Amino acid sequence: MSQFLQQLINGISIGSIYALMAVGYSLVYSIMNFSNFAHGSVIMLGAYLGYFGMTLLGLPFGLAFLFAALGAGLIAIALERLAYKPLRQRNAPFLYFIITAMGASIFIDNFVIATIGPTPKMYPAIFAQGPIVLGELAVGRIDLAMFVISAVCLLALIFFIDFTKMGKAIQATAYNMKASALMGINPSFVIIVVFGIGGALAGVAGVLYGMKYQVFPQIGAITLKSFIAAVFGGLGSLPGALLGALLLGLIETLVSGYLSTQYRDLIAFLILIAMLVVRPTGIMGKNAEDKA
Amino acid sequence: MEYILGIFILSAINLVAVLGLSVLTGFTGLFSFGHAGFMAVGAYVSAIVTARCGLPFGWFNYVIGILAGGLAAGVVSVGIGRLTLKLKGDYFCIATMGFGEAIRLLLNNWKWVGGARGWESIPIYDGLAKIIPFVIAAAAVVFSWNLINSRQGRNMVAVREEELAAQMAGINVMRTKMVALVASAILAGAAGALLANYIGFIAPKTFNMVKSTELTIIVIFGGLGSISGSVIGAVLLTILPELFRAFSEWRLVFYGLAVIVIMVGRPKGLIGGQELTPTGIRKMLAAGKAKREFAKASREGGGR
Repeated sequence: MSQFLQQLINGISIGSIYALMAVGYSLVYSIMNFSNFAHGSVIMLGAYLGYFGMTLLGLPFGLAFLFAALGAGLIAIALERLAYKPLRQRNAPFLYFIITAMGASIFIDNFVIATIGPTPKMYPAIFAQGPIVLGELAVGRIDLAMFVISAVCLLALIFFIDFTKMGKAIQATAYNMKASALMGINPSFVIIVVFGIGGALAGVAGVLYGMKYQVFPQIGAITLKSFIAAVFGGLGSLPGALLGALLLGLIETLVSGYLSTQYRDLIAFLILIAMLVVRPTGIMGKNAEDKA
Repeated sequence: MEYILGIFILSAINLVAVLGLSVLTGFTGLFSFGHAGFMAVGAYVSAIVTARCGLPFGWFNYVIGILAGGLAAGVVSVGIGRLTLKLKGDYFCIATMGFGEAIRLLLNNWKWVGGARGWESIPIYDGLAKIIPFVIAAAAVVFSWNLINSRQGRNMVAVREEELAAQMAGINVMRTKMVALVASAILAGAAGALLANYIGFIAPKTFNMVKSTELTIIVIFGGLGSISGSVIGAVLLTILPELFRAFSEWRLVFYGLAVIVIMVGRPKGLIGGQELTPTGIRKMLAAGKAKREFAKASREGGGR
């Protein structure tokens, strides 16, 4: 029983990181209706920003987080302005958006490999070694921090989306961009805000992930998991992305705990395929029928 | 000489895979993130046929391997197509990505074919058998050219342009997409088989997502909806990196940048939507002339 509880804790901790990544991706999807495959590269850049913030600039832990979040947010906005905006203005087919996103991802990842280099880097030790022990359960300090920081960010996001004017504008734009533009919402500004938020959350996720493991240029591949989580919960739905991410984290840790680590990723992809076949809109996604 | 021949053989192999993707992405508008998966199926099946089955036909084993690899990839694609072709847009991309990765991870865990460490000592065929990649590439060009210019090919373009309208016009959209996917997978599988028996070593990580995206980049570079563009793209983008070997780590940086620039500035790539045939060239020249005359006329008329 205690082993199960232990797995549960690990699963929630990794799931909360997936959630941070998945909501950013899902937010952009809900507005722009395309998969921003460059999201993983923003996460990777966030991890590097946090790392260099702490080592080169000597920022304290909290400030390094802010630095990474701000930097990643700005990078995401720049990406939107430079790569997606020209396509948007031309009313380009959706295929072009995906291809551009893929190109941007390849460009950023390999640029980092060519300049910073492929060797993994370790974050400086921030937390004391050794887990916090509660009876028979052991919670890693980094795992706890991952969960707490992700939860705070996600709660702030939910508050922002549900209770502020800008959040309402985002919801309206996601529902219907043309109609909300007629109601006086500036879609271009909404898109900037959405990319900024998504990028900032990606930056935080990158730092947390880099702290738990290492920082290396291929870190962005972890976003495959956030795509799965987002599809699992329903593309374009924030609660769906949260739920999907937590479930995916739990399933993954249970599979590696009880079956084998080697099958972890395979099972994640099989779940993705099964979900797409049985219910492509995910657990709580919006209907995708009209999306040709 | 050996080295130069090697580059041309690699171009021919890439060409086969790129033509497959060109049919699917360029002409049917389906964006696949998992094409390396089909290549993997072809490569591993051919490796099993040539290395494990003890066939006695000499270099003809190679041909059997290629046929078997292409066929196996085709069969796999029918199953994948059944499940995913009804999905639209992003969902299809993500589903193909899932399949591509699932195939790679399955191979990673399959010890009989070498697992994650890869499989060495796959037979390599020398002598006259070196021609085989070129023969297959030529056959692939003829095959895709005929496919594109058949009724099926026109249906594919119609589906790409406007699925709903195509359906209203009586085109069986599912069937059209399925034919495109299977044809595409067969070519990718054959390319994988060629690769396995040319290099003599395969590993699951050879067929990761980067490989899939590289193929897509070549199709985009050559131009969506153009067979000759894909041919030029495949040959150029295999030879150029060899010339600039010293900058090899910057290769993918430029590829990524090129994709963004092409999509933003010149979405038709090198010669998208056009063909380098006598008629096609004449059309291109005529279009260029008309454009210049139009520009001239509007400049002169602008004074009013």
